[in-house]
Amino acid sequence: MALYEASATQLLSQLEAGEVTSVEVTQACLDQIRQHDGEVGAFLQVMDEKALAAAAEVDRKRKAGEPLGALAGVPVAVKDLLCTEGEVTTCASKMLKNFVPPYSSTVIKKLEAADAIILGKTNMDEFAMGGSTENSALGTTRNPWNTKLVPGGSSGGAAACLAARMVPLSIGTDTGGSIRQPASFCGVVGLKPTYGRVSRFGLIAFASSLDQIGPMARTAEDTALFLEAISGYDPSDSTSANVACPLFSKTVDKPLEGLRIGLVKEHFGDGLHKEVEGAVREAVKVYESLGATVTDISLPHNKYGIATYYIIAPSEASSNLARFDGAHYGHRCDEASMLEDLQKEKEALEAAGDELGLKKMDTPLIRMYRQSRAEGFGPEVKRRIMLGTYTLSAGYYDAYYLKALKVRRLIRDDYDKVFKSVDVIVGPTAPNPAFAAGSKTSNPLAMYLEDLYTVTANLAGIPAISIPCGTTADGLPIGLQMQAPALEEDRLLRAAYMYQKETDWHTKSPAM
Amino acid sequence: MSSLTREEVEKVSLLARLRLSDDELTKMTEQMSQIVSYVELLNEVNTEDVEPMAHAVEQFNVFAEDEPHQSLPRDAALSNAPKRDDECFRVPAVLGD
Repeated sequence: MALYEASATQLLSQLEAGEVTSVEVTQACLDQIRQHDGEVGAFLQVMDEKALAAAAEVDRKRKAGEPLGALAGVPVAVKDLLCTEGEVTTCASKMLKNFVPPYSSTVIKKLEAADAIILGKTNMDEFAMGGSTENSALGTTRNPWNTKLVPGGSSGGAAACLAARMVPLSIGTDTGGSIRQPASFCGVVGLKPTYGRVSRFGLIAFASSLDQIGPMARTAEDTALFLEAISGYDPSDSTSANVACPLFSKTVDKPLEGLRIGLVKEHFGDGLHKEVEGAVREAVKVYESLGATVTDISLPHNKYGIATYYIIAPSEASSNLARFDGAHYGHRCDEASMLEDLQKEKEALEAAGDELGLKKMDTPLIRMYRQSRAEGFGPEVKRRIMLGTYTLSAGYYDAYYLKALKVRRLIRDDYDKVFKSVDVIVGPTAPNPAFAAGSKTSNPLAMYLEDLYTVTANLAGIPAISIPCGTTADGLPIGLQMQAPALEEDRLLRAAYMYQKETDWHTKSPAM
Repeated sequence: MSSLTREEVEKVSLLARLRLSDDELTKMTEQMSQIVSYVELLNEVNTEDVEPMAHAVEQFNVFAEDEPHQSLPRDAALSNAPKRDDECFRVPAVLGD
């Protein structure tokens, strides 16, 4: 097996045994990126020199017998919305095209402390808003299984680089399915941890009550190891969970005895692709053969998930993205031409004697904000800011935002009830396999409806994983989603490991 | 089913500090109306006596020790400013003209 195909767990044992060096592993991954990323477009930035220097330093430490971190010498990709001190961090937006963060996010610091080798920053939907990575303002990412198709999103680059064997570990973020859906489309593993499990400090916020950073990899073992390295309480994030972090990598290979699986009736209705349904039902049979029991369950408020999500997430986004004002950082319009335009507008209104128009005119500062944001943000980001501003505005707050918060509780209550009788909820990650680039861009609502199986885990704050469980007749990957109660990532990882031990879907790779 | 008017959307664009072109306003009015109509699906849910849930994990005040510590140095904080002087962010005049 070539080095770039190996899992992080395999690489670590080879590195520890002195069979390979981190420089060799890093170079193998960089070569793979150079060879294939022209076609895939997973990366916005590749940090060749810095990565090789970091790898050489890990090799030196290892040789000298100095203490090493848990991911020592293993290459990692990072979604481009985690602040990385001194490295451009863009959120795939023109707004932040030149933004160089003055500090690093906690997850970046943890990766550095683990001696991981950060290879580059991956492409995504602008500000993580989207499900296809087509909303990136800075690059096009395609699905390595078929480059006419999207990789999913918003962590599309993060999933694509794993599928294309460019890197064994990749950081994603998930606000409504942004780790799990691209993992499903690209045939890799993606875990959205419990809200609060991983510190969000230094993560450029989209919807703060829903956002969560999580590990993406190709095997359950690697995912466990990776989650362990990035989890933990962080005083810099007041929402981070102040609980002990289990050693996921130590328990991942322990099978779950008497596993009780719940199948959500509502997940197998209209709109579910037949081949996806078939693969999911086959996967359930694998668990049954391992001794699991399966019960049909109902989450009656699940069908309100999308509506609830598309009120709450844009509301929070409109507030979070208010910080991009052209004054503190990020894009700012050209001031001279902006002032010139204002002057012309004023003269025209005066000539027309339009008193009301004159009164309503933007001040230079307001126009600077509006013009800078108009130029810096793409269409989907604008749409969500507008929606959120509307649902939070006077007269509409109760009808939309407050109502959504109440339904959010009902969605969570459904889960609480169901988890009294089942250990994990199993179902499809996405209703369809990867779709053609451009096929859904003109209808935002149709794109939103694709998130129906994933958003409720974010609303409830519970962990959920997507693992590869089959392919369509066209050879496209299909993802199996499993959800567990809060802080039970261990259960998901062990369940994933049990499945991967019996099947080989996770070993399939696209023909490149 | 709710439908937003162009005037409403224009007003929201000011609140959102976004400048939209005529074409964008037309499209935005249509798309927002469509999405808002969809989310009104929630009206069929009985939420009487349901506590709103703002956060997945119920949050309480988190207090930090009152200990002085180094914050981001001014120069680092200003390092991405589109326009600045030695000490401040610079913006177009706020008062008068």
